[in-house]
Amino acid sequence: MKILVCISSVPDTTSKISFTDGDTKLNKAGVQYIIGPYDDYALARAVELKEKSGATITVLNVGEADAEPQIRKALAIGADDAIRVDVEPTDSYFVAEQIAAVAKEGNYDLILMGRETSDYNSGVVHGIVGEILGIPSFSPVMQLDIEGGVAKMTREIEGGKEILEAPLPLVLGCQEPIAEWKIPNMRGIMTARTKPLKVIPASGEALTATDKYSLPPAKGPCKMIPADEAEKLIELLHKEAKVL
Amino acid sequence: MAILVFTEIADGAIKKSSLEAIYYGAQVAEKLGTSVTALAIGKADSSELAIAGNYGASKVLHANDAKLETPNSMAYAKVLVEAANASGAKVIITAKSSLADAVTARAAGTLKAAVVGNVVELPDLSNGFKVKRSIFTGKAFADVNVTSDIKVLAIKKNVVSPVESGNAASVEAFTPALAENLFTAKVTETVKATGTVSLPEADLVVSGGRGMKGPEHWQPLLDLADALEAATACSKPVSDLDWRPHHEHVGQTGVKVSPNLYIACGISGAIQHLAGVNSSKVIVVINKDADAPFFKAADYGIVGDVFEVLPKLTKAVKELK
Repeated sequence: MKILVCISSVPDTTSKISFTDGDTKLNKAGVQYIIGPYDDYALARAVELKEKSGATITVLNVGEADAEPQIRKALAIGADDAIRVDVEPTDSYFVAEQIAAVAKEGNYDLILMGRETSDYNSGVVHGIVGEILGIPSFSPVMQLDIEGGVAKMTREIEGGKEILEAPLPLVLGCQEPIAEWKIPNMRGIMTARTKPLKVIPASGEALTATDKYSLPPAKGPCKMIPADEAEKLIELLHKEAKVL
Repeated sequence: MAILVFTEIADGAIKKSSLEAIYYGAQVAEKLGTSVTALAIGKADSSELAIAGNYGASKVLHANDAKLETPNSMAYAKVLVEAANASGAKVIITAKSSLADAVTARAAGTLKAAVVGNVVELPDLSNGFKVKRSIFTGKAFADVNVTSDIKVLAIKKNVVSPVESGNAASVEAFTPALAENLFTAKVTETVKATGTVSLPEADLVVSGGRGMKGPEHWQPLLDLADALEAATACSKPVSDLDWRPHHEHVGQTGVKVSPNLYIACGISGAIQHLAGVNSSKVIVVINKDADAPFFKAADYGIVGDVFEVLPKLTKAVKELK
């Protein structure tokens, strides 16, 4: 089985977000970058599937050179080789187009990624990739097993879950608890250094461009209500905040 | 430059979030001097669908093929693409939801459309097509220029406050051909909580954290949610510990909500949790620790024992009603 795992390189979820250059660029100073948390689940499940029944894992990042530590980490966790499409990942369609181009070349049985990236949160790249390739896509997948060329999955739906199966090839957006995040061991880190990482140019054109970034307005002070007069809160929510 | 709104049906009626999307579409249509068509897929009476007119749609395309009864993103996307082609739509609008994401993504794949998620304002059409979207799970915003011929906008909840017009929309059956290969997936089981308020759609949310001390202590929170007719939610640790089902987990890696009121009970307010709730209109925090970081993001706060505070609130809500 050939698995393609797509990873994003994003600021750590605890990062404080700020901007530079007249609010036209993300301020990367002091920001720790990580593999997208959902992508990390997809990678972990791919490694488990490889350990269980054998597979080769290619990790793919659409991004600039500063994503390479995250790609090396994915190789250390258990991917066999890596591809980086050397371009800024501006919009969902553009990124999906790059992934689909790589996928067409590689003929993968399974294309895994996170349900969304934690920076732009659109959650549509897997669907666009599936459509371009003409194969089904499902998201968010919480459980995944492969038996005889058929994927057995549990998918979260609004207010519940759905158990379904579909023949490979598939594109899946993953989320917990599909697998536990894996921490690379020393041997993995050593071998990752020499695993192949191919850098290729992008094709197509970006469909969006960001003009300017901004931060939400500062929140006003919090109005405190004494615990022994808790019922007053309901009156305030009704008369002052007008949400009840 | 017609506008098409992907409209979701729940229990035979248009979802509230979809009515908001239709209203948003009508505002955009007014700026562009065009009209709004709503595409509704699934079982519903025409009289229910005509309500789309009240929110600004002039026409509803109703796809009601029996094959579409179970949501299927591949088939729904095919219907959406056909509807976009039939109506000449250049802008496709939807309320953000997991089904809408999947359907619009696939449609965008065929239409070569940019998809802009989590849109928080009406577009600025003074120079091109610019929209403001929430990014980093609500920690920031980006003003994005969209240059593709066809554009897909997924709007956040509460972005517009609809004013009803009293008009009715005309409802037309829409029956595009659906190839068998759209139905290769087999759904063997659907587990869905019934009779509860859907969390992403909810106007009021009551949420619990580790301060609730265990799943057996959830009753006071459920009682308040019941009295308010609110949806229930929880923090990541609570869902990780299996105290509550995963679909209730709100935060950066869970459901993102933007209700009118979010009441956090015994949740300290880690930055990842705040990311999932920071677009709520009003946030109430109840925590016994006065230094809990969540108070900094709250509008109203009570420092106290949740098990003493919650019954008082429930009683006050019942008296209010």
